[in-house]
Amino acid sequence: MSANLNLFTYLLRLADDNMVLSQRLGELVSWMPELEEDIAIANLSLDHLGQATSLYAYAGTIEAAGRNEDALALTRSEREFMNAVLVEQPNGNFADTIARQFLVDAYQVPLYQALSSSTDQTLGGIAQKAEKEARYHLEYSSTWLVRLGDGTDLSHDRAQSALDRMWPFAADLFATDDVEAAVAAAGMGVDPTTLRDSFDSTVARVVELATLRMPTDTYERTGGRTGMHTEHLGHLLAEMQSLHQAHLGATW
Amino acid sequence: MVTMSTMDLDALRAKIAEIPDPEVPVLTIEDLGVLRRVEERNGNVVVTITPTYSGCPAMHHIEQSIRTALNDAGVEGDVETVFSPAWTTEWMSDEGKAKLRDYGIAPPRHIESAVSITNVPVRCPQCNSARTEVISTFGSTACKSLWRCLDCLEPFDHFKEL
Repeated sequence: MSANLNLFTYLLRLADDNMVLSQRLGELVSWMPELEEDIAIANLSLDHLGQATSLYAYAGTIEAAGRNEDALALTRSEREFMNAVLVEQPNGNFADTIARQFLVDAYQVPLYQALSSSTDQTLGGIAQKAEKEARYHLEYSSTWLVRLGDGTDLSHDRAQSALDRMWPFAADLFATDDVEAAVAAAGMGVDPTTLRDSFDSTVARVVELATLRMPTDTYERTGGRTGMHTEHLGHLLAEMQSLHQAHLGATW
Repeated sequence: MVTMSTMDLDALRAKIAEIPDPEVPVLTIEDLGVLRRVEERNGNVVVTITPTYSGCPAMHHIEQSIRTALNDAGVEGDVETVFSPAWTTEWMSDEGKAKLRDYGIAPPRHIESAVSITNVPVRCPQCNSARTEVISTFGSTACKSLWRCLDCLEPFDHFKEL
């Protein structure tokens, strides 16, 4: 694989994580139990959309085949999406949404921190911007996980099941293949396995504060990075891409 | 191709610097620190801006306003968005912070270190009280959080430190 193709693929993987998570969070807008959380979820969604847009736009430049951010987000099929399977999991109840967000945030903070010193200046710049946003997200999701876990019996049980349910999918954030190895060797990208310690210590710290216990399920559902998704992504994309597909090339 | 004199370029920069932020219209893009450079490159004027937040919808609007300003001045030019160095509220001018306060938005605090900032109170822009509390860490736009004053009881927006 050429260096450019590796970088292109890597950028798409980063972008797809953000795009799919943004879409999931967007589904909740106007459906949250409180106005403040509705605003918060919308803002999280917007930040992830912004990060996806920057990454897709840059990926399009690297590919140099005339595909812009819209084409990359809205005309690729389910098997072509390379997001980690965690981000496509349904919103479930509020605890599920928070557990999913928390696991993503705990991964994205060290990810963007490491990418900030990428030898690729454009990617480094996008990461510097995104790191600040990710830190704010982590504060939000941690606060809620603690509040739910250390709350009532009901919220505690829901937070624990949410964490247990999302946990096997989190492994996909750290899956690697030749693409990550190549971009990491070039100093442009990050080998995600090097982020695991930071992720684990964040999770352990917050789980303890939340009076929860670490998930015990050792099953790891990976495959998202090569397009092997859970049944949920297809439905999400069908909705996300429907307007674009129905009016190809429309402008206003 | 028009070659601009330094004076023309300064005048053009001053015009562009006056463009208001669409979401906080009391601030110009200069006050915000969004406008980084106006320069001539190979006979073309290039305006460089940097986003406050990755997904800030105001950026498209700002870019459009800059294009209009260039057009009005009869200048061939382009707008370039850069991410590095990442925008920080430290770039907001003191004048900008004062304008924000007058407008009813508590300006961002000076970031000394991530630890010490929590010891600096967010003051109520109405009565200047330091007895305030956060209602919601996210607000009406990506750059703001929602607060309440415990003395005058008014809710207010706070421009988040970044």
